[in-house]
Amino acid sequence: MDILNALVALANFVIMPGLAYGAQLAIGALGVTLIYGILRFSNFAHGDTMAFGTAMTIIATNMLLAIGITFGPLPTALLALPFGIGMTILLVLGIDWLVYKFYRDQKAKPVILVIVSMGVMFVMNGVVRFIIGVNDIRFADGERFIITARDFKTMTGLNEGLAIKTTQAITVVVAVIVVAILFWFLNKTRTGKSMRAFSDNEDLALLSGINPDWVVKVTWMIVAALATTAGVLYGLDKSFKAFTYFQLLLPIFAAAIVGGLGNPIGAIAGGFVIAFSEVTITYAWKKVLVYLMPESLEPDGLVQLLSTDYKFAVSFAILIIVLLFKPTGLFKGQSV
Amino acid sequence: MNPSLKNTALFSVLGVLILGTGIVQGWNTALLIVNMGLISAIMALGVNLQWGFAGLFNIGVMGFVALGGLATVLISMPPVGEAWAAGGLQVILGLIAGAATIAAAIFAQKRFAGRIRTFVTLGVLIAGFFIYRAVFDAGVDAVEAVNPAATGYLGGLGLPVLLAWPVGGLLAAGAAWIIGKTALGLRSDYLAIATLGIAEIIIAVLKNEDWLARGVKNVIGLPRPVAYEVDLQNDPGFVERAASLGLDPVTASTLYTKIGYGVLFLIVLLILLWLAQKALNSPWGRMMRAIRDNEVAAEAMGKDVTARHLQIFILGSAICGIAGAMMTTLDGQLTPGTYQPLRFTFLVWVMVIVGGSGNNFGAVLGGMLIWWLWVMVEPLGLGLMNILASGLPEGSSLRDTLIDGAAHMRLLTMGLILLLVLRFSPRGLIPER
Repeated sequence: MDILNALVALANFVIMPGLAYGAQLAIGALGVTLIYGILRFSNFAHGDTMAFGTAMTIIATNMLLAIGITFGPLPTALLALPFGIGMTILLVLGIDWLVYKFYRDQKAKPVILVIVSMGVMFVMNGVVRFIIGVNDIRFADGERFIITARDFKTMTGLNEGLAIKTTQAITVVVAVIVVAILFWFLNKTRTGKSMRAFSDNEDLALLSGINPDWVVKVTWMIVAALATTAGVLYGLDKSFKAFTYFQLLLPIFAAAIVGGLGNPIGAIAGGFVIAFSEVTITYAWKKVLVYLMPESLEPDGLVQLLSTDYKFAVSFAILIIVLLFKPTGLFKGQSV
Repeated sequence: MNPSLKNTALFSVLGVLILGTGIVQGWNTALLIVNMGLISAIMALGVNLQWGFAGLFNIGVMGFVALGGLATVLISMPPVGEAWAAGGLQVILGLIAGAATIAAAIFAQKRFAGRIRTFVTLGVLIAGFFIYRAVFDAGVDAVEAVNPAATGYLGGLGLPVLLAWPVGGLLAAGAAWIIGKTALGLRSDYLAIATLGIAEIIIAVLKNEDWLARGVKNVIGLPRPVAYEVDLQNDPGFVERAASLGLDPVTASTLYTKIGYGVLFLIVLLILLWLAQKALNSPWGRMMRAIRDNEVAAEAMGKDVTARHLQIFILGSAICGIAGAMMTTLDGQLTPGTYQPLRFTFLVWVMVIVGGSGNNFGAVLGGMLIWWLWVMVEPLGLGLMNILASGLPEGSSLRDTLIDGAAHMRLLTMGLILLLVLRFSPRGLIPER
């Protein structure tokens, strides 16, 4: 028995990646959930909005690097993030004005808006590929690790190392900041309160003089900022590829629905639930178990419950289970 | 203009487009487009059944198409005797253990109540999972070890490949039944996410379960329902007939096989179209549309909405499965890595919306027209980009971007078409009557 080493191995391979991935999903799911709460449709273009924001940030990063500006030990992309957010805000406001507004004025059924968002998804997908191509792009620079596995080993004298990647730490820190600002905005400011009122009861909100156009505009701006941040954090942690971002749609929706669509706290909880289940179920537990089990009982195989390619299956299975037993999600979401 | 005249005109436009492609780019290309267009039309027919008739929002088309492709392998490839001997039975036993676990868990759910229920269900699931993995993994390892470079899977049944088409439909229908049972009670956008997820899982299974259809190693050289070009070229009678038409044997043989496929596909399409038209105009079809337009009212009239939804979900998915089996037969290979949701799910949706949801002829027209466009956008886009870039100096980066960008024109064009049709003609080219 060697609980300490087991714990460190667990932290290194499960907890740190899970925390970072969960934070990325949570910020993505917040965007989906806000659109659902205020505009009342499932936005299929969200993954591609993330991809667009990230592509813009990558371009700005390259420009900054070209004129010799870096962010010291931190990734330069963080400096470029405001530019990416700005461009994405312009894009989504433009799309809203060109496309979604028409259907909103018509009071179209939500499912029509979903199909419209499929069209937007196609267009954005094409635009992103046009701008930046289809290749895998790594754009993280600066220090790669806060603590490397080797430093940790020499520091503590344990067999197992705990590596903390800079991008993982940044993801968690940024996520905390973003969520804090968002909740402060929704709960304390006048605009945030009117957004919540609009989400709870549209007619009542309109009666009390809330300007729906303003609410919708602010929602799109926040969603663009969230989507870009989530996309950049994911890209820093892993890498950027247009197609991968499109595929992120599934875990993000799963997170939003598991938490309860339309409920921001639910989106965050859902993000972590999905991330940790994906990581724990596809992780090969042998490394942890060898420290916990007596030698005679050591497992032969990898003790991997499912191969990593089935991670979609995991998020999906959780989604189905939650929907079957608690249809409005873990935290009470809306149902239309 | 009266509707039937307009429809004839629309189909004539389609014909002219294909003829034009044949004259400009050669008949081989045109026939290739026609064949895939016919398959796309069948997929669109399936989605139209679900969305146009019943308002079910299924975006898991890709999964059912892939299951149809799997059926082609399972039916037409010769069985690998050695692999069956090595671990075939054990794989089957493992699968039975897995199915038994799920059945037992469902039984426990129904039989017990309260806290005991949770414990018993969880216990059954965990124990069952480990038994299943123990039996199944050993069998899979044995099967995959048999000549992994050439086979490494169980093979199929060695039956005629045409039989795979209905079987593909059945396989897709079976999957649709399971999905429908769990997910159809959900609201529309939950169903959408659920089907999207199922499709990804089906592709993941096809990619990873090498014992089933070799995974990403692909199954190639599937038997064909029409003659091989090489055999035709070696057949003196065929060469003579080709010569009498003024064609060289190579061209004649490629055209001959493509027309052969085309005729087979057309027969299937016409049968399905006839059935779909009959269904649409029957009391059953009217009931479906009544349910779509007002579920509460239909329920009040004593219609079993859930059962009807399940029924039409299965039927539509089966049609997608048939189309998938046909497509794999046409390709002659099963390549799980090429299934992408944009191409196999969302493109079919563009076909249905553009053609006119709720109208079978619209689905067929949309399927063929959008497929033509999907193929032609790249050459057309490249031409356009070359014109745009002609003023720019050779080697400038903008020029390169523009010309490289032509490859990504497809998605952009499809999205724009979908948005434009939804905005200006939301009922599609041939609207529902």
